[in-house]
Amino acid sequence: MVTIGIMDYKAGNIRSVLTAVQYLGAKGIISDDPAVLKRCDKLIIPGDGEAQAVMEVLTGSGLGEFLREYFQSGRPILGICIGCQIVLERSEERSTPCLGFIPGEVVRFPRQPGLKVPHMGWNQVHHDQSHPIFEGVPEDSPCYFVHSYYPVPRYRENEAAWTEYGVSFVSALKKDNLVALQFHPEKSAAPGLKMIENFIFHC
Amino acid sequence: MLLKRIIVCLDVRNGKTTKGIRFKGNVDIGDPVVMARHYYEEGVDELVFYDITASAEGRRLFLDVVERVALQIFIPFCVGGGIGSVQDMRDTLMAGAEKVSINSQAVKNPRIIQEGASRFGSQCIVLGMDALRDPSMPSGYRVVINGGRTPTERDALQWALEAEKLGAGEIVVNSIDADGTKEGYELTLTRMLSESLQIPVVASGGAGKPEHLAEVLLEGKADAALIASMVHYGEYTIPQIKEYLTAQGIPVRFSPSSLTNRC
Repeated sequence: MVTIGIMDYKAGNIRSVLTAVQYLGAKGIISDDPAVLKRCDKLIIPGDGEAQAVMEVLTGSGLGEFLREYFQSGRPILGICIGCQIVLERSEERSTPCLGFIPGEVVRFPRQPGLKVPHMGWNQVHHDQSHPIFEGVPEDSPCYFVHSYYPVPRYRENEAAWTEYGVSFVSALKKDNLVALQFHPEKSAAPGLKMIENFIFHC
Repeated sequence: MLLKRIIVCLDVRNGKTTKGIRFKGNVDIGDPVVMARHYYEEGVDELVFYDITASAEGRRLFLDVVERVALQIFIPFCVGGGIGSVQDMRDTLMAGAEKVSINSQAVKNPRIIQEGASRFGSQCIVLGMDALRDPSMPSGYRVVINGGRTPTERDALQWALEAEKLGAGEIVVNSIDADGTKEGYELTLTRMLSESLQIPVVASGGAGKPEHLAEVLLEGKADAALIASMVHYGEYTIPQIKEYLTAQGIPVRFSPSSLTNRC
């Protein structure tokens, strides 16, 4: 059975990620211990949160260094929500330096009349089937978002999906063995579950 | 484009839903977990569970329901009723809810909004507000608490603005005038709040047919519409309502009930 490590860094409701992984027939382990996570076949970086607080936890606990090693080892990683932001170089949220696995930065939605921030609710995800995580997921599937900041990768090759909200922004990132989703697949009904299933069995 | 949400509300007493339900086939009537799964498969966008028990035993059964719901549905859900402290919020979120809703307790102790938001994030904290039409108030609406039985000195618009400032991430506005009438939502107040607040506004109370949802999402400018009896008694299904809204040009979510091998 595939074992999925779910990194616990005190960020939001990560139990729902475990529930989805188990529902789909894989073994999930929530842990904050690099030694435990290192033994997992694949890794999920879940959670909501604020970039600076999250980076402080990662740096202070050694989990940041562990992530770098895991990424370099070539095993699959799935980032969710804040896990889709901290993989870039820096976040505008309190000018926070991040992990830098993917060139680019994280910026806030523009302040404009009628545009409510956080971007919260269901919105369409346009993807180009360029990544196996979207295999069998209908184009423009609605997914569940809750965020005020969004990723801006420097290179087109790291873009995997797009969403419109005041601006057109990149809602999924990819690089080598890393794929990251700005929305919550564990709360995005059938399309989201399909992505998690793809990650477990096909990434 | 952000889609308009349809939210179904379930009242739970001693672990059972209080309103009956006429599903087709062999459905265990009154089991909130079964009902939640049913609405999830029909394509509801979010669910709200209100604990209307007063006893500690009822509370334990309720949290057990929340935990079992979390294993069955993969959409966000909110839990309200009986939440009066940060510890209550934590217990509810740990049981698997995405959001907690606070109503009378927030009026009595507004600081709980701030404490909850700084602890768990604004996206988790929903303000429930019951309002009654009252021309003597500045906005024309008065906040009432304890299920609409007790009037307060608060103006509905002012209270909503204050709650937003304190960190509420969403507001559910329930019109006591419209509640239970099935004659449509309170449009004036909903629109006033939608135009004045930055956070999403959910309209509640008065829905009897799909036309009412269209009205409150268009004229009332609500981000979401909450419904209960119009689906609980089998009068309408979620797909019927969504098809109607689509025909009115309102963007709503459609997705297959399953894509995975699991189910």
